[in-house]
Amino acid sequence: MRAFIVRRLLIALPVTLLITLIMFVIINLAPGDPIDMFVGQQGLKPDEIERLRADLGLNEPVYVRYVKWLGQLFQGNLGYSYLDNQPVIHRLAERLGPTLSLMIFVILLSHAIALPIGVLSAIRQYSWIDYLATGIAFFGVSFPNFFAGLVAIYIFSLSLGWLPTGGLETMGAGFSVADRLYHLLLPGMVLAFREMGVLVRYTRSSMLDVIRQDYVRTARAAGLSEWSVTFRHGLRNALLPLITMLGLMIPRLFAGVVIIEQIFQWPGMGRLAIEAILSRDYPVLMGLTLSSAVAVLVGNLLADILYAMADPRIRLSEKR
Amino acid sequence: MSSQMKALSPSAVPSQSFRRLAWRRFLRHRLALLGAAVLVCLTLMAMFAPWIAPMDPNRVDLMLAREGPSTAHLLGSDVVGRDVLSRLIYGSRVSLSVGLFSVSIYMVLGTLLGCIAGYFGGRIDMTISRLIDAVLSFPALMLILVIVGLLGPSTLNIIIAIAVLSWPEVARIARGQTLAAREETYVLASEAAGARPKRIILEEILPNILSPIIVDATFGIARAILVEAGLSFLGMGVQPPTASWGNMLNDAQSLSILESMPWMWVPPGLMIFIATISINFVGDGLRDALDPKLS
Repeated sequence: MRAFIVRRLLIALPVTLLITLIMFVIINLAPGDPIDMFVGQQGLKPDEIERLRADLGLNEPVYVRYVKWLGQLFQGNLGYSYLDNQPVIHRLAERLGPTLSLMIFVILLSHAIALPIGVLSAIRQYSWIDYLATGIAFFGVSFPNFFAGLVAIYIFSLSLGWLPTGGLETMGAGFSVADRLYHLLLPGMVLAFREMGVLVRYTRSSMLDVIRQDYVRTARAAGLSEWSVTFRHGLRNALLPLITMLGLMIPRLFAGVVIIEQIFQWPGMGRLAIEAILSRDYPVLMGLTLSSAVAVLVGNLLADILYAMADPRIRLSEKR
Repeated sequence: MSSQMKALSPSAVPSQSFRRLAWRRFLRHRLALLGAAVLVCLTLMAMFAPWIAPMDPNRVDLMLAREGPSTAHLLGSDVVGRDVLSRLIYGSRVSLSVGLFSVSIYMVLGTLLGCIAGYFGGRIDMTISRLIDAVLSFPALMLILVIVGLLGPSTLNIIIAIAVLSWPEVARIARGQTLAAREETYVLASEAAGARPKRIILEEILPNILSPIIVDATFGIARAILVEAGLSFLGMGVQPPTASWGNMLNDAQSLSILESMPWMWVPPGLMIFIATISINFVGDGLRDALDPKLS
């Protein structure tokens, strides 16, 4: 196991570096640089612009800047935001909490709803619940999440007045868990909707696969109760591949979060990404790229490890 | 030489009866037929937009801004007085072309790389597989946002960004299928007859592994349409005055428009939904038809 983890990390490291290199080049070669953004607002003189450019290190070639960035990175320094000179790590840290709480809520909610429906639809194939599951699956993956967000605000906030239209917490009310959850509910449900579509479909087909296996038939033939056959022999094995799905969910959630946070004024990493792109805040953008790439890689690694722990047939030392 | 080869390699191209069977299976899938019908309508709408649209989609008329539906403007007008219905009709051009072009590009790219990796194996396979892993662990939308946001938002840049980030999925499927196919007798026979790798891949293997790739590509079109709509909604995709279903929803980020002018944002949202669910229905039907084992 340890050897497996070490080897995976050894593969993940160059992949992460490759991602940062590609992003660094794209970001720095893109037309329009941060200075233009400043100048537009402040009307600086040419020599002041030159000095600013030198201060930010923008007149060096791209590869020099990348090596410098990398050197700083290995000392634990992600650089400073062009906007307010705050350390990038602080900007990321203050946005991490809201995004993480949103993602965890979505993961819990979508599994809590999708797993039972998926399992039931497999056991009772062609029943009403099976059609419901198919409906959710098609709806979930086809309904654009920004449109779902707008519809949800329109119905639950503007028409019914049940839930807030956005934001992390009630202004000036101070921190309380209940208030946070109250604000989390709507964006969380909208984001969970798509995940449910993917999960229901996957659980259903995985469960269908398993209940056709010989060992399930054997268990039933041996006279075990239907409950025991379904849950002890069926469900436990059907849930195994879902662990891998968890690893795939993380990059999808990063995508969803950008749009949902924008609609619901949720001060997380997704909004930070849009702010950073609009203001050409390169260090913040690189910090975001790095942290989302690391999150995706760690997610996949965790999924692999969990899978191996749950399924003794997988031997990690073997080549894939 | 070529006639000899044909004689030696038994049935490399899927037979006529397979196609007929698949076609029959597809016709039995009602939702897929419905989806296909809707898509035909949307395609016609996109092709003949100038003749169908009641007025110029980009004509600004500030006197008529934010008017609700009426006989003059069936779906009302937007914040600068452009006709919503006309913009809706023209918007289908953006969605469909982004979906079709980005998927065509990455399907060709992914299939070729996947086939090459699977057929040659060894070092070539190693390199391509690592590349697949690397791109798959990119947080895709984040990168698309950065590329489009920085390179400048245009339809072409969106198509390129989607294609560059989506080919690995197809490549992985093609590689797996090729690995299995290269052990088949028709490939071995063709090799024994001295056919070149290029010929074996393109004429023997490719026709036999296309089914799952076509199915994946169909779902890919729906995904690409959603990505474009999402980007345009954020203001980082297709830029006004060009109408796209996504950027028509952009104005609804203001709560007053969201609350009191639903004609501006409900129709484009529904169009995106109708287009993607139709494509997903067709994809489901194709999967049942082409690859009965999978369903």
